[in-house]
Amino acid sequence: MAEPARVALLVTCLVDLFRPSVGFAAVKLLEDAGCAVEVPRAQTCCGQPAYNSGDKEDAKAIARQVIAAFAGYDYVVAPSGSCAGMVKAHYPEMFADDPAMRDQAAELAARTYELVSFLVDVRGVGTVAAACAQTATYHDSCSGLRELGVKAQPRALLASVAGLTFAELPGAEICCGFGGTFAVKYPDISDKMARDKIADIEATGAQCVLAGDLGCLLQIAGKLSRAGSRVEARHVAEVLADMADTVPPIGATRE
Amino acid sequence: MTARDDIIGGIRRSLGRGALADEAAGKLAARIAAHRPNLIPARATSLDPPARVDLFVALAEAVQTTVARVASDRDVPGEVARYLAAENLPAELAMAPDPGLDALPWAERPLLQIRRGKAEASDAVSLTPCLAAVAETGTLMLVSGAATPTTLNFLPDTHIVVLRASQVVASYEDGWDLLRQRSGDGPSALPRSVNFITGPSRTGDIEQRIELGAHGPRRLHVILIDDAEQSPLR
Amino acid sequence: MEATSHTFTDNARAGLADPVLRRALGMAGTGFPARRAEAIARLPEFEALRDQGKAIKDHTIAHLDFYLELYERNVIAAGGVVHWARDAAEARAAVLDICRSVGAKVVTKGKSMVAEEIALNEHLEANGITPVETDLGEYIIQLRHEPPSHIIAPAIHLMKEQVTETFRAAHTALDPDRAISEAPQLCAEARAMLRPQFLAADAGITGANFLVAETGSSIIVTNEGNGDLTQILPKAHIVVASLEKIVPTLEDTATLLRLLARSATGQEFSSYTTLSTGPRRPGDLDGPEQYHVVLIDNGRTALIGGEFQDMLRCLRCAACLNHCPVYTAIGGHAYGWVYPGPMGAVLTPALIGLDEAGDLPNASSFCGRCESVCPVKIPLPKMMRHWRERQFVQGKAPPVYRHGLKCWAWVARRPGLYHELVELKARMLGWLGKRRGRFRALPLAGAWTKMRDMPAPEGRSFQSLWAERQRAGK
Repeated sequence: MAEPARVALLVTCLVDLFRPSVGFAAVKLLEDAGCAVEVPRAQTCCGQPAYNSGDKEDAKAIARQVIAAFAGYDYVVAPSGSCAGMVKAHYPEMFADDPAMRDQAAELAARTYELVSFLVDVRGVGTVAAACAQTATYHDSCSGLRELGVKAQPRALLASVAGLTFAELPGAEICCGFGGTFAVKYPDISDKMARDKIADIEATGAQCVLAGDLGCLLQIAGKLSRAGSRVEARHVAEVLADMADTVPPIGATRE
Repeated sequence: MTARDDIIGGIRRSLGRGALADEAAGKLAARIAAHRPNLIPARATSLDPPARVDLFVALAEAVQTTVARVASDRDVPGEVARYLAAENLPAELAMAPDPGLDALPWAERPLLQIRRGKAEASDAVSLTPCLAAVAETGTLMLVSGAATPTTLNFLPDTHIVVLRASQVVASYEDGWDLLRQRSGDGPSALPRSVNFITGPSRTGDIEQRIELGAHGPRRLHVILIDDAEQSPLR
Repeated sequence: MEATSHTFTDNARAGLADPVLRRALGMAGTGFPARRAEAIARLPEFEALRDQGKAIKDHTIAHLDFYLELYERNVIAAGGVVHWARDAAEARAAVLDICRSVGAKVVTKGKSMVAEEIALNEHLEANGITPVETDLGEYIIQLRHEPPSHIIAPAIHLMKEQVTETFRAAHTALDPDRAISEAPQLCAEARAMLRPQFLAADAGITGANFLVAETGSSIIVTNEGNGDLTQILPKAHIVVASLEKIVPTLEDTATLLRLLARSATGQEFSSYTTLSTGPRRPGDLDGPEQYHVVLIDNGRTALIGGEFQDMLRCLRCAACLNHCPVYTAIGGHAYGWVYPGPMGAVLTPALIGLDEAGDLPNASSFCGRCESVCPVKIPLPKMMRHWRERQFVQGKAPPVYRHGLKCWAWVARRPGLYHELVELKARMLGWLGKRRGRFRALPLAGAWTKMRDMPAPEGRSFQSLWAERQRAGK
């Protein structure tokens, strides 16, 4: 196992509001991998909604806040490909005209990771001690896949979950239609993409669908339940952290 | 100010400079003159000539080109006659007035009606030579000229091409070199048309289903003479 | 053509609701990506070629003045004529003049997106000249008076029943009882109807996939052979091409050709790749007597040196369209002009203005699949974002989003306040949604809940729970 590391968790605004379980699953996985985890209080969001809406000034202001909040940690880890991608791929680009900030952004980017790829690629985690007696399929979130190369890592760790049968999702790499504000600005198009995604999911016969991004999961879970589907949705971290039996799936009743 | 001056001036303003200084322009001119190849896929270049010919045949057939391999020039008229009969086509063809084709023993097939010249609207079958064949993608390279009118490649429904094994080159870059060797310098020395032909005419415009013979020939037949000579290039 | 990009949302809704379009796009959406993937699997050097193609295009744009002047000299040396056109009007006028000079009544056309862009056909028709589209897809949509919906497969939005209906209505001299319900029959009929047009045409207009500076040549890449019949039979061959089509050498062209067909249709090479240099030579038995190139700017040079320069690398292969979940959901007509899909979302505002085409760069989830398949690595989502930045700065985004975003960003920059509000919201929505676990309707979230449920929050914010855990000493 790699040396102990001081990791700051980038909670993400969606996990903070909708599903803290994902955050606690991430903490458990990181601690099991020998990391000391802290959660900087001065974080709110990575700024992507502002950035993708063309509001560069607010995006930069939020980015400065993030850069300051996460200074000094060995690593910054987010249970989200899109938030980690924002920091890793877009923060340096955002400050292209400001050499001092650009350097700070690049420095932060170099130690920022999406959760599952951090566990596998940096901490060398090969297996997890978890059980989940279900057939599961996996949706590749776009940012994680294309900006950060997250593809094999979740599959590798899921293969070690006791009792889990994995069914590959046809069109796994096709966007679910969330896209942040896209989902509410162009709801008809977003809905078509969601319908196609859940049709692919249903066709696998899987009992649950997993992904590494809560944005995708809200879209997918929301469409599955509106369509009356019995397929469950969870964040992959929850299954890997052995919480599949203790935390209800996304959008399920908690009573 | 002419449109030309406006456009060139606009480009220079956008690039933040005036006209290129002589030295910079000289470098670009040298780049053109050197015409160095970029990366050439190993697919064909890694093969020896016989394997290269086999690759050409395999890739050509994969796109519905038919290929008949014959031992020598003597066999060509017979193959033409056989092919036309097998395809239920009349024994008539429009032939490129090319000395190499003229020299074939057509007299042995007197029933073949051959008209030399460019294609007419009523021609059903044409016969042409080619400059080379590119093994990389099963592609024929044909050039226009006094002896090789381009209409023969496109108007008739069936196009037969005579190819020697020694004409099969590895890559398109080999084809450009052949063109330069043959044409000398300057653009007016190039032929009017260079056609790279990879299989018969086709379209997928109706429900993505591939149909052959959209406007050009629906049949492309290559008579490949297995001459043992080495290719003049690699 | 008249742009309808400003009614994008309505166009898209119509496209989503159209069952014929759904079937047609369904076939295309699976076919093209699979074939491209197979073609690339057969060429290990593909990724390296992408980098080289990008480098060739970038180098060319950085020296575009030099290469254009060289290209012109070589066209002239080969016996051709170059006409420079700053905008669509000058381009149309140049083509019309050439057609008139050869007394053209009927003109055949190969497929050309730039000809659509400058609205060439309407102009010729208005001046007594009949343009006949010869690419099968373009011919079909010309008969239907529709614009193309895809840059390489213009009739991709149609099922064969519609083509049958169109041919029956248009080819009135033929036997009305003839059987033309199947693709082979339709193709054969189009071939038969167009052959006399090829032979009768006085001038032939083609586009150009590439213009080779080294030799003054134009290159067209087709599968049907219509572009070749268009250019070799009539008296005059007119090439219409935008000036970023220039490539320095034949070798550079070979690199780009290796990328093009594989990215577009998954073919190793298209059926016909033709290099044309000047008019027929002395002694040639066929070929055009005149060769003209109309070099069109129409907004390209304005992109050089700016945020959108990378768009000038575009090879018009349509890989981005074929892999875009938005394009395959709504079809090409929804974009409202000549260029649909991701490349259209970037290029259209540049050519016809952000006010007209503002929706296009916004209707994207930034999934990035387009950029990942672009043969010359154009950063399409980044440039769509640049358009959004311009809209934001100009105050063009709808007020509810602008103000909503500003409020949210203001709070997000104040972590203490933010954490309190998030905890409040988590408790409230968590409590309201506890029984069902999700909301079928939510005030202010109608755009979401109209078609999806909104999962309920768990009821506490992560930050609050973490703070409690820390205080309890874990």
